[in-house]
Amino acid sequence: MHEPVFTIEGLTKVYRTGEVEVHALRGVDLEIDEGEFLVLLGPSGSGKSTLLNILGGLDQATAGRVRFRGGDLTGLDERRLTLYRRENVGFVFQFYNLVPSLTARENVSLVTEISTDPMRPEEALEMVGLGARMDHFPAQLSGGEQQRVAIARAIAKRPEVMFCDEPTGALDSKTGVRVLEALVSVNRDIGTTTAVITHNVAIGDIAHRVVHFADGRVARVDVNETRRPASEISW
Amino acid sequence: MRALDRKLLRDLWRLKAQVIAIALVMAAGVATLVLAVGAYRSLHETRETYYERYRFADVFAQATRAPERIAGEIAEIPGVAAVETRIVKTAILDIEGMSAPATSMLVSMPEIGEQLLNRLYLRQGRAPDPAHPDEVVVNEAFARAHGFGPGDTFEAILEGRKRRLSIVGVALSPEFIYALGPWDLMPDDERFAVGWMSRKAMEAAFDLDGAFSQVSVKLLRGASEAEVIARIDSLLERYGGRGAYGRKDQQSHAFLDAELKQLQAMARILPPIFLFVSAFLINMILSRLVALEREQIGLMKALGYRSMAIGSHYLKFVAAIAAIGVVIGGIAGTWLGFGLTRLYGSFYHFPFLVFLWGADIYATAVFVTVGAAMLGAARAVWSVVRLPPAVAMHAPAPTRYRRLFCSGRTRMVSQTTVMIGRHLIRRPVRAALTVFGISLSAAVLLASLFSFDSVEVMIDFTYFQSDRQDATVSFIQERPVSVVNDVRRLPGVLAAEPTRAVAVKVRHGHVERRVAIVGKPRGTDLSRVIDVDFQPVTLPESGFAPSEALAEILGVGVGDIVRIETLEGRKRVVDMPVTAIIQGYLGLMSYMDIDALNQLMLEGPMVTGVHLSIDEGRADDLFAAVKDMPMVGSIALQKMSLETFRRTLAENISVMISVYTGLAMVIAFGVVYNSARIQLSERGRELASLRVLGFTRNEVAWILLGELAILMLASLPLGWGLGYAIAWVTVAGLQSELYRVPLVISRQTYAMSSLVVIGAALASALIVKRRIDRLDLIDVLKTRE
Repeated sequence: MHEPVFTIEGLTKVYRTGEVEVHALRGVDLEIDEGEFLVLLGPSGSGKSTLLNILGGLDQATAGRVRFRGGDLTGLDERRLTLYRRENVGFVFQFYNLVPSLTARENVSLVTEISTDPMRPEEALEMVGLGARMDHFPAQLSGGEQQRVAIARAIAKRPEVMFCDEPTGALDSKTGVRVLEALVSVNRDIGTTTAVITHNVAIGDIAHRVVHFADGRVARVDVNETRRPASEISW
Repeated sequence: MRALDRKLLRDLWRLKAQVIAIALVMAAGVATLVLAVGAYRSLHETRETYYERYRFADVFAQATRAPERIAGEIAEIPGVAAVETRIVKTAILDIEGMSAPATSMLVSMPEIGEQLLNRLYLRQGRAPDPAHPDEVVVNEAFARAHGFGPGDTFEAILEGRKRRLSIVGVALSPEFIYALGPWDLMPDDERFAVGWMSRKAMEAAFDLDGAFSQVSVKLLRGASEAEVIARIDSLLERYGGRGAYGRKDQQSHAFLDAELKQLQAMARILPPIFLFVSAFLINMILSRLVALEREQIGLMKALGYRSMAIGSHYLKFVAAIAAIGVVIGGIAGTWLGFGLTRLYGSFYHFPFLVFLWGADIYATAVFVTVGAAMLGAARAVWSVVRLPPAVAMHAPAPTRYRRLFCSGRTRMVSQTTVMIGRHLIRRPVRAALTVFGISLSAAVLLASLFSFDSVEVMIDFTYFQSDRQDATVSFIQERPVSVVNDVRRLPGVLAAEPTRAVAVKVRHGHVERRVAIVGKPRGTDLSRVIDVDFQPVTLPESGFAPSEALAEILGVGVGDIVRIETLEGRKRVVDMPVTAIIQGYLGLMSYMDIDALNQLMLEGPMVTGVHLSIDEGRADDLFAAVKDMPMVGSIALQKMSLETFRRTLAENISVMISVYTGLAMVIAFGVVYNSARIQLSERGRELASLRVLGFTRNEVAWILLGELAILMLASLPLGWGLGYAIAWVTVAGLQSELYRVPLVISRQTYAMSSLVVIGAALASALIVKRRIDRLDLIDVLKTRE
């Protein structure tokens, strides 16, 4: 019997802004398996980002529980959450969030320096096909290249899970596909559990499972019997 | 209210912490300007008015005994407006309830009519009546120190005769605004008095019938002081004239002048520092504001706002900061300035104070502050005016970074360190200005606190290395050396050393000065001679040993020949080699071996004073005995003077330290806090991203604060250097023939100035750290910069 990486039970998140209460999550139940490539689909405000933020240790739930490898993630304090992110989680953001003053290689080193069992930065960059542009600063790279540096940065520490929030959101279709290819190959080659948020339905085809969000709830979960290679999709 | 103005108010409110930090730096500039210029003008005007109304003389000269008819000849010198002769003598006072003897300078007043020059301001009572020879008017400080008023009496030893003098008036004089007793470094009001007696009484007491010992001269406008001095010197030469001098060498005037010079220096040095720093801070905050509002600027231009309207919107932002600074600084400066002027008024003895706080001071303050602010704003505002709307609506071009070293090298250091390094190099001008700004904080502190070190060195030198005696007894005229044995036998005397002073004219080339040569025996232990390397030396058996200051004025070194002309006893003119250069801070000093000096005078072993080491337990007995010695003209109690001096110093020191520490902290805090806030604004997204990647709060804070720490540490040596330079200029400005101030900055002062900077930097770092800790991690993921 396999044990899921994440077990999510009745997860609720309420934001209070002034007088208004926003229910971002209204009781989400979900399990994420080891090595799984998951795509979270849904319109803006459907709660997918909130879920990812909580899973990634960036936000606290209002109610419910998240278990990571059997340990309770909800209720960890700020310090432990930082440690959790540092050791277990890789992030890829829509706007890359690279450090502009560091080269591609150095952006990756930034993370490997604080991890316990990282790969070499060069190795990570080669995995995303950037072996030749390691000494370029972000400003000298295209958007797609920057995003691939971000993926290299996320995988270099050999994280157990990788969260990608709209990784292709700022990219055109062709460049986006290259980024997705990099994500799929990392998932396949080193078995990193990967969750990708998108509102781009086409991307769902490359996942093992697609979780549809609506109004703070999981509306339905589709299992892809056959996954399409990233190179075959477009939008 | 127009929309842009509403935005202005909201911007000010949103950036209030930074706005206040900058406004405080400006306020410090305005305050120091208003304070220093106001106090300078008030003090200067008070002195001028006082001098004018009470006819303070322009030229002064002493003689041993000059016939009264010489006064008429002096009056005929071209350029002389008025002449007044007087008898000026010292006397020992015996005051009931005070065991230690006091010294008094007794000054004669004309028998008939008012004083022509150096008139008294009578606070209480009246002038002495020539018919009553024991009446005296005393200076207010002395009267106050003893609670004396008209009707009180004390005993004085005049030419060996003890007399009871009766106070009939209490007065102030423009001649004694700052009154120092012999051998004193600071006024000791309890033990030094100025007494004015009738001319007739003094003529009788000092056997100077129809003669005078001092002459004061008022010059006509435009007269040549040097010419008049030369003429007076030649007239008085035969009567033991000791060299006429102008106001600049008049003790009270010179000390006051030094104070005024310091105020002037403060007005010249401090405000520009603060205004420069505030201009720099304005530049930083406004550049950032403009960068952040780039799109808004483009939008407003697209909507049809004129470039000038938008530019003036940002200028108004700056003007508002300047206005806050001017108001706070103006009020603080006025308040402190009035306080300072009052303090001067009581420390120096003025009968009245003129507060001259004209509107022009404030106008100047407003002008320079707004000017500095606009200068600081110019670049950012110009960029606003120039920015085409289409460009503004786009994101700015990404910042370009450069590699510091070849690629392999950076792998040796952590990436966060590389980030710090690249960021510093990315904006070298800003980094340099930040370093310079912080360094000014240390410099301000160093340049003000060093004066205590200098004073300590002067004290240590004067009282513990050179003149280590507890007391010095001076005789009315030279006595045979056997008197030293008489003194040694007095109760409580542990050791006694003779000394002889002779007034001479010393000349080298065409430079000439009238000085006293002090003769000291070989191997003295109390009053020692210290050379320029601060080593006690034995005076050579022959030759002349000027102090460093005198040697510089004469332009002589060891081996040069000077011409010495004695002004006492048998007049002699002798050429003599300079055999040593001596250290000394007070006056123009020169020394000779006492035997050689007596030989020069063609006299046997004579002394004019004795230095004493005394047993404090028996001091009362000694004082009682000295008061009964007829030949004693004055007694100086060096160690008691030192205590008085230290008391006054201790009162001032804490006030001064807190004021300057406050000013320095305003600069350091203003610069560091604003730098940190602007960096945080520029790099908040980057730092939050790192937090998301698993960096701890402290690791992230280090990236930003570490950079500031480097800048701050770099600023310290620069600050020390700048502070030293300012101190050097200050000391050079204070150099006079009356005294010179050594430039000494102790390690403690370096440490103190560094600690204040570090403390202020830490405080601002902690405030910013709290903001770094609260960075919004989620927000940053969703926004493009």
